[in-house]
Amino acid sequence: MYPEDLKYTKEHEWVRVVGNKAIVGITEFAQDQLGDVVFIELPEVGEKVKQFESFGTIESVKAVSDLYAPVSGEVIKVNDALEDEPERVNKDPYGEGWMLEIEIKNPAELNNLISAKEYEAYIKDQAK
Amino acid sequence: MKKTPLNQIHKTLGAKMIDFAGWEMPVQYTGIIEEHLITRTKAGLFDISHMGEILFEGPGALQAVQYLTTNQAAKLVPGQVQYSALLYPTGTFVDDITVYKFSEEQFMFCVNAVNTDKDYAWIQENISSKKPDFAPVQIKNISDEIALLALQGPKAAEILQKLTEIDLSTLKSFRFTEGTVGEVKTWISRTGYTGEDGFELYIPAEEANPEVHQGKVIEVWNKLLEVGQEYGLKPVGLGARDTLRLEARLVLYGNDITDQTTPLEADLEWIVKYDKGNFIGREALLKQKEQGIQKKLVGFEMIERGIARPHYKILKGQELIGEVTSGTYAPYLDKNIGLGYVKIEYSEIGTELDILIRDKKVKAKIVPTPFYKRKK
Repeated sequence: MYPEDLKYTKEHEWVRVVGNKAIVGITEFAQDQLGDVVFIELPEVGEKVKQFESFGTIESVKAVSDLYAPVSGEVIKVNDALEDEPERVNKDPYGEGWMLEIEIKNPAELNNLISAKEYEAYIKDQAK
Repeated sequence: MKKTPLNQIHKTLGAKMIDFAGWEMPVQYTGIIEEHLITRTKAGLFDISHMGEILFEGPGALQAVQYLTTNQAAKLVPGQVQYSALLYPTGTFVDDITVYKFSEEQFMFCVNAVNTDKDYAWIQENISSKKPDFAPVQIKNISDEIALLALQGPKAAEILQKLTEIDLSTLKSFRFTEGTVGEVKTWISRTGYTGEDGFELYIPAEEANPEVHQGKVIEVWNKLLEVGQEYGLKPVGLGARDTLRLEARLVLYGNDITDQTTPLEADLEWIVKYDKGNFIGREALLKQKEQGIQKKLVGFEMIERGIARPHYKILKGQELIGEVTSGTYAPYLDKNIGLGYVKIEYSEIGTELDILIRDKKVKAKIVPTPFYKRKK
């Protein structure tokens, strides 16, 4: 449920680092907690995002949540398919449900993220 | 937190539980959209045991009901149900309710869970002490002794018919009767809160032992699911109950109607019968009717991308003209819809307005309601 090769935030985003790029989405836990996702608002390509600051919103039938950038940098790709098929986030949060690709500005920021094991321990603790 | 007799069953079924008005209730089992669509196309089973029930017994029962409520209860026949409201003297809502007439001297209110204690106190305050001239009436809060299930959807009647001796083809909308479901004695009411045909099944505790009652409630729940399986019946949580009621433009107390709004503003004047004699709130409503309302509850549909949520501001140009009271993605219509109060001069159907979503104006327009109406 929490792939080992990804890094995580305590706000329930995951990030896959490929060279100097970071692909971003939300975790299995987040999609399960939200329930049916019906609306996603993402930034445009070219916009700059800052680590741990909001880059967009995600809405399920019942709830509205902010999305937080795991790293700072420029948005170089956006998953436009989510506009018409936001349910991809529920069905495949680590694959077709990806949201952004960010060009990493400062690789040192990756040290602020947590591992799969740490994330799992964190959400178990939250559930208590 | 309070628990219904089915609490453990919901957890076993994998429901996500939430705190609703102090009750631990299932918000969803498999997903709100799926549960919503199943109720529209097949049938859904809901545990709504958190709802409150208040009983009126005695020669003064009708008199008390008439004084407390807005609708004409004198015309009801035994076995009839009526949508009605309790108002403050200001004409604003204490609650919206359904009134059940069992006999000339026995009536029952079914009230919102969030309001049960408030309503009971309000009723006692206004009947017991202030009305010594009323014929005697005993008023009891029997909410803890009653479980309530709702079976809703186009297949509801076929499913229920397999478990009851009552000929459901003779039980019309807004009628109820005593009958058994399986072996269990219930009040079968052809009512609901989804916009579909369906039933609400009251299961009263006949014994003092709550475990016996719980066993009966579980039996009815399980039997319905078992018999309903071939029709596609599934348990449905409060999440879909909310989206279903909104598509059908059924108002929700706390959102669309409150102690700050009146039946005239909420477009519910059809449940106000001024000529039935005195009732609490009558004077204020007559005055408001004469002066004209300033705001009105309207239904709107989003034109641009975005979902309106309660308390979002409604604008016309730069002018603040109102506030959203309910808003959601509507699964059956596949649209984003909502209800909100707007200034009366902007309440015409077809009016375009803006909903302020996270500081951004998003276009919407006023549309006729209900958003969804079932084919008969």
